[in-house]
Amino acid sequence: MQITTLLFLLLSIMAVGAALMVLFSKNPVHSILWLIVVFFAISGHYLLLNAQFLAVVNIIVYAGAIMVLFLFVVMMMNLNQEDIEPVKNYRLQILGVLSGGVMLLIIVLAVMRLQETQPVQLKVGDAGLITNLGKTLFNNYVLPFEISSVLFLSAIMGAVIIGRREED
Amino acid sequence: MILFTIGVVGVLIRRNAIIVFMCIELMLNSVNLLLVAFSKMHALSPVAKASPTFASDAQVFVFFIMVVAAAEVTVGLALIVMLYRNTHSVDVNFLNRLKY
Repeated sequence: MQITTLLFLLLSIMAVGAALMVLFSKNPVHSILWLIVVFFAISGHYLLLNAQFLAVVNIIVYAGAIMVLFLFVVMMMNLNQEDIEPVKNYRLQILGVLSGGVMLLIIVLAVMRLQETQPVQLKVGDAGLITNLGKTLFNNYVLPFEISSVLFLSAIMGAVIIGRREED
Repeated sequence: MILFTIGVVGVLIRRNAIIVFMCIELMLNSVNLLLVAFSKMHALSPVAKASPTFASDAQVFVFFIMVVAAAEVTVGLALIVMLYRNTHSVDVNFLNRLKY
């Protein structure tokens, strides 16, 4: 067995297992920590796909920033008790799992119908290098880039306004 | 190999069954992974040969998705803080009251 296949299998099992653990752990803090494991596995996948820049950005942005934000909110509001879990509605849960399974089935069937099973080109291409990525970003996608900065500004203002206390 | 990737990502997509905020992040990430994987999968197709920036296009898209996800997380977490402050609970079912 090739080493990349082995790595791929390992990372995939890690990602799926950690994602399941995100769902099934009672404590929100544990769930967040498992989510970080998922993000590291996905970064490993990016590395396998020769997208180095995305792997690094994924770790910095998700595992670094967003997960710290989640942890901060959970700890600030003291949500990390296990008895805070709302009352369970088993019928709804079963329905949710059922519909999710049906969706998974449909997606897999649609992919199988494609009949186009090219293997992934693992070690070719330098598209993931930061030089080519930056050239593409600033040549072809300048306008979306600027618009995303406006989006960020509005998101910051929205978060501040929503999170402000009423009496202030 | 790509089929197995899709299996993995499909399993990840399935997570929206249970209402947790983190599942949104999971779904976004699985879609990102799919974008990169598909761009690698079609790297030898004639369409890809015609355009020089084919593979980086997908990765730039992934980059934008990350940007939007970060913005969405800030607003969403602010909403959750607000909800908790008003109801002292993070039960999503309390949001039913928004109807009245």
